[in-house]
This record gives sequence, structure tokens and C-alpha cells, in this order.
Amino acid sequence: MTGGRVRRVNGPLVEVTGLPEVAMSDLVGLGAAGLPGEVVAVDTVSASVQAYESTGGLAVGDPVTPLGRPLSARLGPWLLGGVFDGLLRPLASAPTWLEPDTDQRDTGSQWSWQPAVLEGEEVTPGAVLGTVPDAGGLDYRVLVPPGVRGEVRWVAPAGRVTARDPVVDVAGVAVGVGTEWPVRRPRPVARRTPVAEPLLTGQRVLDALFPVARGSSAAVPGGFGTGKTMLLQQVAKWCTADVIVYVGCGERGNEMADVLDDLSRLVDPRSGRPLAGRTVIIANTSNMPMMAREASIYTGVTVAEHFRDMGHHAVVIADSTSRWAEALREFASRSGALPAEEGYPAGLPSALAAFYERAGRYVTLGGAEASVTIIGAVSPPGGDTTEPVTAHTERFVRGLWSLDRALAYARHYPAVGWTGSFARDAEGLAVWYARNGDPGWGPRRARMVSLLAEADRLGDLAELVGTASLPGRERVVLLGGRLLREAVLQQSAVDPDDAHSTAGKTTALVDTVLAVVDACTAAVDRGVIATEIEEVDFSPVLRAARETPPDGADGVLARRDQVLRTLAGLA
Amino acid sequence: MRPDRTPQEALDALDLEVVHRSVQELHGPLLVVSGATGVGWDEFATVRSVGPDGGQELRHGLVLEVDGDLAVVQVLEGTERLSTGNTRVAFSGRPLRVPVGPAWLGRVCNGRGEPVDGGPPVLSATTAPVAGLPLNPTHREPPAEPILTGISAIDALTTLVRGQKLPIFSVAGLPHLELAAQVAAQATAGGEPFSVVFAAMGLTHADADMVRSVLEERSAAGELVLLLNTADDPVIERVLTPRIALTVAEDLAFTHGRHVLVVLADMTSYAEALREVSSARGEMPGRRAYPGYLYSDLASLYERCGRVRGRPGSVTVLPVLTMPAGDITHPVPDLTGYITEGQVVLSPQVHARNVYPPVDPLASLSRLMRSGAGAGRTREDHLDLAAQLLAALARARQVGELAEIVGSAALNATDQRYLDFATRLERRLLDQQRSEARTLDDTLDRCWEVVSVLPVRELSMLPSRLLETHLDGRR
Repeated sequence: MTGGRVRRVNGPLVEVTGLPEVAMSDLVGLGAAGLPGEVVAVDTVSASVQAYESTGGLAVGDPVTPLGRPLSARLGPWLLGGVFDGLLRPLASAPTWLEPDTDQRDTGSQWSWQPAVLEGEEVTPGAVLGTVPDAGGLDYRVLVPPGVRGEVRWVAPAGRVTARDPVVDVAGVAVGVGTEWPVRRPRPVARRTPVAEPLLTGQRVLDALFPVARGSSAAVPGGFGTGKTMLLQQVAKWCTADVIVYVGCGERGNEMADVLDDLSRLVDPRSGRPLAGRTVIIANTSNMPMMAREASIYTGVTVAEHFRDMGHHAVVIADSTSRWAEALREFASRSGALPAEEGYPAGLPSALAAFYERAGRYVTLGGAEASVTIIGAVSPPGGDTTEPVTAHTERFVRGLWSLDRALAYARHYPAVGWTGSFARDAEGLAVWYARNGDPGWGPRRARMVSLLAEADRLGDLAELVGTASLPGRERVVLLGGRLLREAVLQQSAVDPDDAHSTAGKTTALVDTVLAVVDACTAAVDRGVIATEIEEVDFSPVLRAARETPPDGADGVLARRDQVLRTLAGLA
Repeated sequence: MRPDRTPQEALDALDLEVVHRSVQELHGPLLVVSGATGVGWDEFATVRSVGPDGGQELRHGLVLEVDGDLAVVQVLEGTERLSTGNTRVAFSGRPLRVPVGPAWLGRVCNGRGEPVDGGPPVLSATTAPVAGLPLNPTHREPPAEPILTGISAIDALTTLVRGQKLPIFSVAGLPHLELAAQVAAQATAGGEPFSVVFAAMGLTHADADMVRSVLEERSAAGELVLLLNTADDPVIERVLTPRIALTVAEDLAFTHGRHVLVVLADMTSYAEALREVSSARGEMPGRRAYPGYLYSDLASLYERCGRVRGRPGSVTVLPVLTMPAGDITHPVPDLTGYITEGQVVLSPQVHARNVYPPVDPLASLSRLMRSGAGAGRTREDHLDLAAQLLAALARARQVGELAEIVGSAALNATDQRYLDFATRLERRLLDQQRSEARTLDDTLDRCWEVVSVLPVRELSMLPSRLLETHLDGRR
């Protein structure tokens, strides 16, 4: 018996013998079909392989072929608007029922090539060699690969090319419109820079209370039914990024179908082009092979880095990182590794840290300013946020949008709780807002935070003693908390006017509620009975978000004035 | 029975027919076979044993692991009476396949798909692998039309959508099985061909009889496939039962264009079978000793629901599970909730008030409702009305908690109306007879009747246009 052979199969864990040359992280082909697998442990006689396809029918003695390269993603102009599996193989050209597959499924599509260099020029890594104008909705640049520099010896003329055609020869290295990169290795950059400007999400509770900066990272822990996926989908649709990489990691197939359907219909309010054109979807639903789920997170970040290197702001949305961690756990358990917390491998915290650290604001090799923002969902078992994945993720992210089951039960969506969430970028962003024409952003946020906290405290008290026994000023605080929750923080994902909110409309809504609270306080101070204030019709303000367009700040302020007039009229 | 042969002769005869391997080890539901070179992972096996009288017994198994020349096989019928000396195992060379097709309709089988209705075995020219293949997400059609169940609590507030997976969460002693059977008996898909595949796992005989009698008409109409694994049937068989049900359902839906509702009851019993195998294998236990792969395993069942672009038909999955000690954070309901598209939660408190079905509308949710209900699907006013009912019920519950402390006399007039609203909701909308199928119009009109208890200024989620049409006559 020569060459590699299968010795043991236990689900996705395959032990192989007869491959003395294989290295850690090498890819191998399993069985006659050559199903992809990655080497995760090596000893003197055998190697352990995690299989990326179902191993049903794989038998002891089946051949194993070393492929001599690590798990890599094929990156190129075909990514935008496409849907891929965890190994970045296109799903559009795959059959309805996914059989174990080895094919890269190259469709042979043609792309427009527009050169930007001349033969004889000297180039360095990251320099722009040309563009592909028909790749999705953005400026797709073909770059000099990392580690390659020298003279441009040959440039293909402008025209149609396939993924396989070289378009430039740099010092003997052929460069095409696409490239490959090992998913577990971050793509190189010139340097990191501090995060500065906000990533607007169009979601008021995030933009006004728990903002995230471009190049930062945030996690969304929430039990089932708290609207995690809904919130992430809203962010994917409306956030101010150039490229969105949406990784559906071990989640529902119907949801992926829904995202696809939505994205193809919706138009990016900033560019006027379909949202699908700026989005790359990686779909590894919960019934697809489990270890590809483990890879899909890295594949997603690698895709984002690819677009970052072109000078774009990319956002990776990973739903859910818990499924990724569970894939790690299951494999560790099958391979007999000693369990740490709740059966997860001891390397879980460092793996999480390394993943979120791939987020950042960078100067690219080509000298452009660009960023990768990572937003990861966490699905704590039983809603228990002390479990390892949630607890460790909290340590490594800059923002935490903690979803509150009580809010979700009361149909308060998005159910981002104000007590359990944090935004470490908030102070820095307040400085940015002050420099960019909105010095009121920081104080406004501070007032909202204290009003919500005060209203919660008084609400608990009122449950014991009844609202009627509270003094007038405190009843106004309770009222203010309710107005803030219902008029500002709640947002309908399905209402076209409310699904996203521009910075102007969000500010107008917050200002409106704060002005109304001030007017109510003033009324109490001049002797108006609290009950009378509570019975004022606040519905113009409460309905403002849904009844004004996404950029309808003026409409909101008109409603404010209407309610303020009523309040001024109270004797 | 062949009394003319000694047990040893009978064993020798077995070895002559096909290549059989001998058993090295038996523990729990597992047996370890030696000399099993060339056996593939997840292969289907037949296990034959010879009794002391020379009589043969046939069982079935699935390969859980292959290691060198050893194969670990889980025996669906259990390993009772098997010994290393009296047992031989043959491997089929591929993962288990079952016959599929309309021949299943009208049949009653055990948990392994063998008839218990006195009829011949289900035969078909076509077979399909029971494990199923993942459906390409880009070929999925987003679910968009309702399945009407005739049960107000579900149709009005947690509409079931074709292609959805919507579980019923319950606790012991509540009528969840009655509810599931009633849904299975009454459900319709707008006049299009409809079938029910009911997979019963670990049910008592009394429960199984109840299910059979409620579904009698559906069975007679050739719209039902019933797979029964009762509490005293082999436990490990339950690992296979839902997979056969779903394989049959997928074919009825995507080859034969039917809308298929798959009821899986009780998933907690299924998960226990899985745990038993895992523990016998000495696997690292996860939460409450369930295996770490429980999520992936449940997903491999639930995710088989859906619709396929360009084909008629749909698979809708309705798992029923009892939460041990009523704990919704127990791994089985918890992981189920993460996979499914919502949940219908039954509450002992509502049950104690003598309301059937005892649904807790605030804890319940149908995530796909917004795409499966509303204008052109159910009725134009449906979604706004449901949102208003739930928002008002949330407020009513707060008021109710307050009233318990301060007394309802201390409540203001509006709050009193909210309490009134909550009572009416239970009595006029939720509560219904076990054989009562309400039309959608009846259900939604009851919603309007309930909501009309509240002052109009409290109904901020209902557009004024709808308020005018529906409330004018009621005031």
C-alpha cells in the first residue's frame, strides 16, 4: 500500500496514514472523490484531518492525496453580488441538493479589464495595476500582490478576460483579475491607524446610543427570539460601508433565502444601486457540513481584507460566532482534546481574540485609508451570558449590543438593552462629531443614557408603590423614558420609512423627545398636575418615526412643535 | 424457526450467504465489529442473531465510527439477547436509503418504516438517502403563503407559513399533543394538495391511539403517513424515525408537488435516544450530558423544511417538545429555538384558567408571519391587528402585575380596560373546542371584537383607515 490511506473515520474527523510529508494546515483530498480536508494534527505515523464535506461512505483504506497548499480563498471580481459556501465556492452554479463536492465550480465568466499601468513602470506591493469596471457596484482594483515588486514587463490590452487569464506581468509574476489567499493568515498592510469616524447603521439605538466606529468590532449576544438576525440584516442593508461580507454561519436556510431576496430588491440610498452589488454572502446553513462552518468565518474576513486592500471600507457580519465555536468544540471532542470551559477547547479565547483583531482601520500597502469592521452575533445557550463564548467575546470587542429578552417579549425591537450594552468608541466618536459640525452629539447621548437609567429606577419603584404616589417631576421622567423608548429606540424593520434612519432624522427624533421632556418638566414646575400631562396626546411624536421618510428631519420637528404648543397651553 | 439446525449450523449458514463479520464487543446500544475493512462511515448494516433454539432474528444498524478493521455500529432495535458468539453483521456498502413515493400515503408504520397496519411493506421504484442532502440556499424560495390551521391562537398571532419550522414548546401535562394532532387534522394550504407526515417518538399507547383517532379522516383520505414509535418500542429506533419521515416528506413535496406538514413528537424523546448513544460511546458530554453535536443534529432535521425555487410543494416542520421541568433553557428547547423560525409556547398558567389551547401569545412568535400573512395572503388587516393585540397584551400583563400589588380598584380607567382586554382575549379568541376549525374571517373578526374593548387612542398600531372600517359598527 503506497501513498496516503484513511485509517479512521469518526464524522468529520479522519485519521490518515502514509503521508509523512504533510504539514499542519495543508489541504488533502479524501477518498477517490478527493473531498477537501485540512490537516489539524500530525504525529510520526498519522495525521488528523478535518473534513469539509460529509464523510458518509468514506472507508478505512480509501486513498488520500496531499494537495501541498493551505486552505485558500479564491478572491476576485465574481465575489460581489454572489453567494458562496464556507470554502468560497459559488453556490449559484451548484445543484439544488448539495452533494459532497470537490469542484471549485469556475463558471468561466468574463470580466472587463481596464489597465492603469504601462509596460516598464516600477511597481510595489499594493499598487493599482488596473480596474474591473463591471464587478458589482464599486471600484474593483487589481493590485500588485504582497511580496511582489519590480518592473511591469507586460500588460494585457483593455478587453474581456476570464479569471484564468493573466493581465499583467510584474517582474516575472503573472497577475490576473483574481487571486488566492490562505484564509487563516491576515493579508498584510502598511500599518494600523486609530479608529476615527462612525459607521452609521441607520438604526437609531446604535447610532445615537451605542455607536461603532469604522474599523472597530462589535458583538451582539442574544438568546433566541430576541431579533439578533433581524438586527444584523438591517445593519447589513443600511450601514455606510462600501462592501458587506455577510457570513451566515450555521444559521437558517430560509433566512439566507430571505436576505438574498431583500438585497436583490433594495436599493442603496447612497449610491442608488442595488444593495446586492456591494454584498458578498457566505452561506453555511446549519445542515451544511460542519467544519466548513469553522472555515467560513476566516473566509469572510479574508474577503473583507481583499476589498480593504483596494481602499474600501468593508464590514464583516458573522451570524453566529457561537456556531463556529461549537464546530471547534465538536471537533476537539472527537479528536480527544482535553476540554476547558464547558467542553470548549482551551484555545477558544485566543481564537476569538485573533478573529476580532483582524478588524481595524489601516493604511494599505498601496497607501489608501481603509477599514475592516467586524460585527459578530453570539447565541448564548439558554440566554446565559456567562457562558464561555459570550464572556470571552465581551473582552475582545469595542462595542456590545446586548439583546434583552424582556424587551423582545414586549415587542420592543431592536431589543438592544441599555443596561447590558456598551460602546467603547463613544467618547472618540463624540470628538469626531464635535469636529464635524455636531457638538451636541455627546451631551445628547449622555442625557439619553441618564434619562433611561432614571426611568428604569423609577419604574421599579412605581411597580411597588404605584405611579400615582410619585412626585410630578418623577412622573415626567417615567413619561420621558417611555417616549424615548417608543419614539426613538423602537424601530420597525419592515416599514420602508422606518427601516433606516439618517443621522439627521435620528438627531431630530432625539431632540424632539428631549424638548418635550423639558416642556413637561416646565409644566409640572408651574403647577400643572402630572395626570393632565400624561393624558396629552403624544402620538404625533410617537408616530413620527414611521410617518416621516428616512431623511424626514423637518417632518419630525414640525410634530415636535405641535406637541410643544399643546404642552405650553396647559394651565 | 428451523429446529432441524443447531445454533452453530444456523450461524454457519448465515456466513455462507453474504460476507458477515463477527462481533467483538457489545455495550449499551452499540456493537463493535472486527474484520470490517472497507466499511464506510454512516453505512447501513444488518445484524442477524441466532437464538438458543436456532431461530433467527434480524436487526438493523448504522456505522458510527470506523477505525482500522473495527466498526462501531448502533443497533436500532437495541442489543438485548445479542452475544459475541451468536451475532453476525453484514454491511450494505452505502448509507441507508428508504423507498419514497405516494405509496406511503395512508400507511401506518413503526419507527423504522415497517408496516404495522397489516398491509404489505411500502415499496417504490425510487429510494432516497435518509440522511438527506443539504438544500442549496440559493435554490430556496422564501416562504410566503400561510397554512391555515383553524386554530385562532395560531392563525391570528403566530401564523404558520409553508416551508417554516415552528415548534410547540410545552410541559408535561399540557395538551400539546392534542394541539399538534388538531393542527395536523385541520391544516389546509388554500386548496392545494396537502399531506401530513406524523412521526411519533416515545409516545405512550394512549397518546398514540388519540393521535390515530384524531387523524382517522385524514388517513382515510390518503393524506397521512403515520410513523409510530411508542414508549416501549426500541429507543435507538427514534434516531431514525424523524429522518424517514422527512425523507418521505421531501419526496412528496418536491417530486409530487404536495404541501407536506411534518409533525415530530416528541423531540425530547428523540434527543434522549441521541444522548444514550453518545453516552455509550463515551463521548465528551455537553450541557446536561447531551452530546456537543446536538445543535448540528437537530439542525440536520429541522433544516429539511422549506420550498424549492421553481417547484411546487413545500415541507413545513412542526416539532413538539416537552420542556423537562418547564425549563425553556433546557438544551433541547433552547437549541431548537435557535434553529426554528419562532415557537408556540404553551403555559400551565393559561391551562389552569381552562383555556384550550393554552398558548402564551407573548412568549410565542412566528418569525415568518410577516411574509406569510397580510394583504393577498390572509387579510389586509391581519398584521397590524396582530401587532396591536400583542402590544396591548404586553401592557395588560404589566397592569395585571401592578394590580396584584395595589389591587385592581386602585387602577385608572384605562388600565381597567386593559385587564378586561386580556380576559376577553383568552375567552373569545384563544379558547376553542378541540374539534372546532375556525375560518380565518371568524378568527380575525374575533380579534377586532377583543381589541374594541380598548379606547381608540390606545390603538396606535392600527392605521386610522382600518379603525374606521372595522370598529365603527362596534361602538
